[in-house]
Amino acid sequence: MLTLEKRPQPSRLWTYLTPVVAVILTMLAGAVLFAFLGKDPVQSIRTIFWEPLFSEFAFYYRPQLLVKGAPLVLIAIGLSLGFRAGIWNIGAEGQYIIGAICGAGVGLAFYPMEAWFIFPLMVLAGALGGWAWAMIPALLKVRFGTNEILVSLMLVYVAEQLLASMSLGLLKNPEGFGFPGSRNLQQYPSAHNAELIAGSGMHWGVVSALVAVILAYILLNRHMLGFHIRLTGEAPRAARFAGVNPARLILFCLGTAGALAGLAGLFEVSGPSGQVSIDFNVGYGFTAIIVAFLGRLHPIGILLAGGLMALTYIGGEIAQSKLGLPAAAIQVFQGMLLFFLLAVDVTTNYRIRRVTREVA
Amino acid sequence: MKFTKLLATAAIALGLAGTAMAQDKTKVGFVYVGPVGDGGWTYEHNQGRLAVEEHFGDAVETVFVESVPEGPDAERVMTQMALDGASLIFTTSFGYMDPTINVAKKFPDVKFEHATGYKRADNVSTYSARFYEGRAIQGHIAGKMTESNIVGYIGSYPIPEVIRGINSAFIHARKANPDVQFKIVWAYTWFDPAKEADAAKVLIEQGADVILQHTDSTAPQAAAQSAGNVITFGQASDMSEYAPRPRVSSIIDNWAPYYIARTQAVIDGTWESTDTWDGIGPGMVGIGEITDAVPEDVKAEALALKDAIANGEYHPFTGPLNKQDGSAWLADGETADDGTLLGMNFYVEGIEGDIPQ
Repeated sequence: MLTLEKRPQPSRLWTYLTPVVAVILTMLAGAVLFAFLGKDPVQSIRTIFWEPLFSEFAFYYRPQLLVKGAPLVLIAIGLSLGFRAGIWNIGAEGQYIIGAICGAGVGLAFYPMEAWFIFPLMVLAGALGGWAWAMIPALLKVRFGTNEILVSLMLVYVAEQLLASMSLGLLKNPEGFGFPGSRNLQQYPSAHNAELIAGSGMHWGVVSALVAVILAYILLNRHMLGFHIRLTGEAPRAARFAGVNPARLILFCLGTAGALAGLAGLFEVSGPSGQVSIDFNVGYGFTAIIVAFLGRLHPIGILLAGGLMALTYIGGEIAQSKLGLPAAAIQVFQGMLLFFLLAVDVTTNYRIRRVTREVA
Repeated sequence: MKFTKLLATAAIALGLAGTAMAQDKTKVGFVYVGPVGDGGWTYEHNQGRLAVEEHFGDAVETVFVESVPEGPDAERVMTQMALDGASLIFTTSFGYMDPTINVAKKFPDVKFEHATGYKRADNVSTYSARFYEGRAIQGHIAGKMTESNIVGYIGSYPIPEVIRGINSAFIHARKANPDVQFKIVWAYTWFDPAKEADAAKVLIEQGADVILQHTDSTAPQAAAQSAGNVITFGQASDMSEYAPRPRVSSIIDNWAPYYIARTQAVIDGTWESTDTWDGIGPGMVGIGEITDAVPEDVKAEALALKDAIANGEYHPFTGPLNKQDGSAWLADGETADDGTLLGMNFYVEGIEGDIPQ
């Protein structure tokens, strides 16, 4: 008989191994799923993981990986800080939306003026917007002890309503024939988050994501605040004795996550998306939660996980159009990634033991 | 610069390959906003795709990607289809407008067809259907059938297309029954069965015994069925699984003839950028069977109205009509021009409430 025995300490080996095992298990289970759908399993998996990177059109897909991965990494880095300290911000999607609205709003307020300072101002407004939206659950938690999971999640739906209202009212393109959606910022040079090198997929959002990874790494490994975050997550009692101020930590973690999500929204709305529209948000804020955990809440891990997630999106689309796989199958496939990760995670904290039953 | 060059090279290479392959197969791509099983909007576009496959057999290969978010993802899916050798791509949601234009610029040899938008280019056509013609018939039946004099309307987004439908239905409901009132709920989604069901329930609780929907799922039909004494109309698709009650008729989008004609044009090399807006007459809008739940005389009137619209005798927006604020819009006998209809952002007189801003 098999039983689980708690390890005295989480296994270091398994901490690094579980994401890899989870990916392999996902591939296997995915292959079975695709086979049941009547598709060639090997070809399906190959299409998802290989085509975007090495097919003849990889010159187009590789930059797209950056475009798709950057917001995921940027948001996940912010979330990981809080998750490490046991502060659960589930509302990054809302902070992303508000960042986009605020940033785009500032840009559109200057339209049609051309000036160098417009884009930096938009970036600032985007970060501030996301930060302010995250401050709502943060302050409510600090002041009244509310549950930040519920408050931040519910605020996503509020943000979505606000987004709809902005697309239909305040930010609606006056030359849009009454159709919803703002002016396209791609056609407003001073506000356009264009590719830094044409065709590379590199825009300011990608740069920011990389900078965020480095800063988070330094913060967690070299800074007192980072130590406090880790300590609070790993040993809350010890943290209290060490004089960690929980209120300050909540404000910092939620605020940073909000600001980064807001930045991601601003870079998206001013770049790849171009427009504040009713359906602007496509779930980056929620997918980033998977990315954060898949990356073990570690900055480098998140970078890799973001890339992997972007790969399944782009590869998944190719598989849909080339092999006729249904969209739902791709979503199941992505969901399995988190499922297997959590399942395999048991081995990090537990040892599997064979117990021989003794005869009484 | 380098990227555009690369793309251009790829496009040319593919163009050549495409011509070489043209003898056997023309590739046609479809980008869908919902799942093909939504039973409404996307379902009907997919029926059109299947009709293309059936009509051309081995001469045409179709590909599609479903549930594509409007924005950069749509742009990538279209680019991928173009790179993969599609020579005609149908993008079937309003929100794909700017992405379609962007991708079309990079692939001048690929033809694009964007549904329900207003931006065109040399290789981008637009097409839509005059759903408001069908709404007129629905409005007439709704006005005759309601006993509570309250008609519920589930709107998706307050965009001209939807507002046009509300106005058309309202005008004809009022003509049939001067006491009728419309209650409008905005769902802010095209497809979300849970939200749509909630909206239907709210309307039924407020006394509506007719539910009109401009969203794509069958959830409102199910809600009406369980409520009992409520009638509905199929939207985008026939939704005949709910006939004869609650679904008493439907508006059916029939894209198949258009898709087949445009594919033929690409094969023949006669494709040109056009703007198509067809209604009941050319068959792009179909009226699903009016069931026996509707009294004979009402059914006859509805069918007469349908015929009058189809042969052009009658325009659903014929004056005298005032705007909601009481200002004059159309004089007696005057009909609305397409420009006004396309950008419609006002209710006609008699509708209560404001268009959300």
